[in-house]
Amino acid sequence: MDWSVILDPFASVQLPLSQWANESMTWLTSNYRSFFQAIKAPVKWALDLVEDGLRDSPQSIIIIVFTLFAWQVANRSTAIITFFGLIAIGLIGAWDPAMTSFAVLVTAVAISVAIGLPLGVLCSRVNFIWALVRPVLDFMQTIPSFTYLVPVILLFGIGNVPGVIVTVFFAIPPLIRLTNLGLREVRADLVEAADAFGATPFKRLWSIEIPLARPTIMTGVNQTVMLSLVMSVIASMISVAGLGRLVLVGISQLDLARASIGGLGIVLLAIIFDRITQGFGFTRRDRGDRGLWEQGPMGWLRGKLRHQN
Amino acid sequence: MTEIMPHQNAIDCQNLWKIFGARADEALVAAKNGEVDKDEALKRFSCVIGVADASFSVAEGEILCIMGLSGSGKSTIIRHVNRLIEPTDGQILIEGRDVMGLNPKELRQLRARKIGMVFQHMALWPHKSIADNVAFGLEVQKTPKGQQRAAAESALEKVGLGGWSDRYPDQLSGGMQQRVGLARAMAADPDILLMDEPFSALDPLIRKDLQDEFLKLSREVKKTTLFITHDLDEAMKMGDRIAIMKDGRIDQTGTPESIVLRPETDYVSRFVSSISTLKYISASEIMTPGKAKSGAPEFGASTPLPVLLAAFTEGAEELAITDGETHLGRISSTDILQAVQTDLKRV
Repeated sequence: MDWSVILDPFASVQLPLSQWANESMTWLTSNYRSFFQAIKAPVKWALDLVEDGLRDSPQSIIIIVFTLFAWQVANRSTAIITFFGLIAIGLIGAWDPAMTSFAVLVTAVAISVAIGLPLGVLCSRVNFIWALVRPVLDFMQTIPSFTYLVPVILLFGIGNVPGVIVTVFFAIPPLIRLTNLGLREVRADLVEAADAFGATPFKRLWSIEIPLARPTIMTGVNQTVMLSLVMSVIASMISVAGLGRLVLVGISQLDLARASIGGLGIVLLAIIFDRITQGFGFTRRDRGDRGLWEQGPMGWLRGKLRHQN
Repeated sequence: MTEIMPHQNAIDCQNLWKIFGARADEALVAAKNGEVDKDEALKRFSCVIGVADASFSVAEGEILCIMGLSGSGKSTIIRHVNRLIEPTDGQILIEGRDVMGLNPKELRQLRARKIGMVFQHMALWPHKSIADNVAFGLEVQKTPKGQQRAAAESALEKVGLGGWSDRYPDQLSGGMQQRVGLARAMAADPDILLMDEPFSALDPLIRKDLQDEFLKLSREVKKTTLFITHDLDEAMKMGDRIAIMKDGRIDQTGTPESIVLRPETDYVSRFVSSISTLKYISASEIMTPGKAKSGAPEFGASTPLPVLLAAFTEGAEELAITDGETHLGRISSTDILQAVQTDLKRV
């Protein structure tokens, strides 16, 4: 008898996984290509909108608009950081790729929030759905990101739009997780009190549970933003333009100059984007009992107008 | 004005059972047949009996205290009244209407308009201002904003917190927070208040203040109140009647006097043994048959002990107990001393 089959079984017995992967991919591309192309359309529309807006506008206008926006949703120090951050990006010669990266980032984060928040809410309501979603999230977070670049290229092609899709895939899990976690961790007696006063399930969610889970949910949004930036280098391997590509080219050509421009640009973008998204998480109380539109430049303008009347 | 409505209880709870666990139905049948008690149910069905065959009623304007130690099921019972918990068996009637028969919308209306609830740990929403906390019940009913604010401010005024509207819960002390809790429960002017150990998390002195204020307020607004407490002194003070719970069952229901003077079970008598009966003893309990000397001061049968004592200290040798014309008995100084002695031995 040949003992080698028992001692070293995997030398001869193997599952044809690679064959299955190829076959299923072929099957998907040949039968459902139109479906995946259809997913691309709205992403492309949103991305073009942001990117065209950023590329066609004069640089100084963009700096002013972003600074005012940061002041509006967050505070003055965020506005100052945004102002000097953008100037620094311009000065290191990373303006154009930064705008492209910014467009990909904004689109990816917007899509992630649009999908992740409602899904997180749903997971926190229905245990059965959470039981299904959880292993999927585990899978999404543990599989190396290079692995899914191949099927994405086969299904969606290359370029910025597939770049947004892989970025969403990479960045969305923590948002779903933390939204679910935050809502499940809201103190039970505070939820019960809302019920005791006759709140509908929606009213309870909107006025009590989401505000109370806000710090955790905002941590999720923040994670999504940061992971989207991390992805920009990896996504550049499927020909996504922007700062990530500078880094990738820098690596492949051992070009320290380009790599540092791309790297520094990503860090600056991260700081700006992080601070602004944190501003969205401020409560009315954090803003000194003022609403979002009662502070910053809008508040100043409203004050002026009221004075004149 | 004469009362033309037939007498109706504000809250009627009939043979309420609540059993937690997957096999609650089996456990219910067994428990109803007397086959299992609390421990047995846990062993055989892995079910916890929260409430077992509890019946009580609260008349309009009355304060009923449900007293029991932790785990006795008192907090579970009170949550059945506004159906925060669904019963395993039994009925809850609010002004004659079966709470279990309400659809979700009717149930929300009942909770928003008819019933106000105060919680042990205040359960104020930290992200809402005091006024917004208090007005939430009205906000839920889509009351106009101005009206919400006015109602919230008047409710806060009632509990002595006028001018605190725009603060946040974490800026208030524990006692003040519970006043907000009370204002929130009363803002929508409900007929029924459910108070789940409202004062037990507070310091003794603040607790006493709030108890006194609540009694005063309660006499003014005449709200039907179901009051949960683990503190017998509090129950004696707050309750028109008291129900004593043990292991999910109501052992005895009655006025504070009858609970102290005539405990029906060992558990209740052990419980009340630390309470002095002197405050609750009346002439009828200590008088002896026979006619008093002529000229002895006359008192009714329900005269409390302190009043009788006062008569002796003013120089009376004997008291005549009468029911208007008829002579019921007499009390000598020996009788009254014996009563005090018995009480002292008891405690």
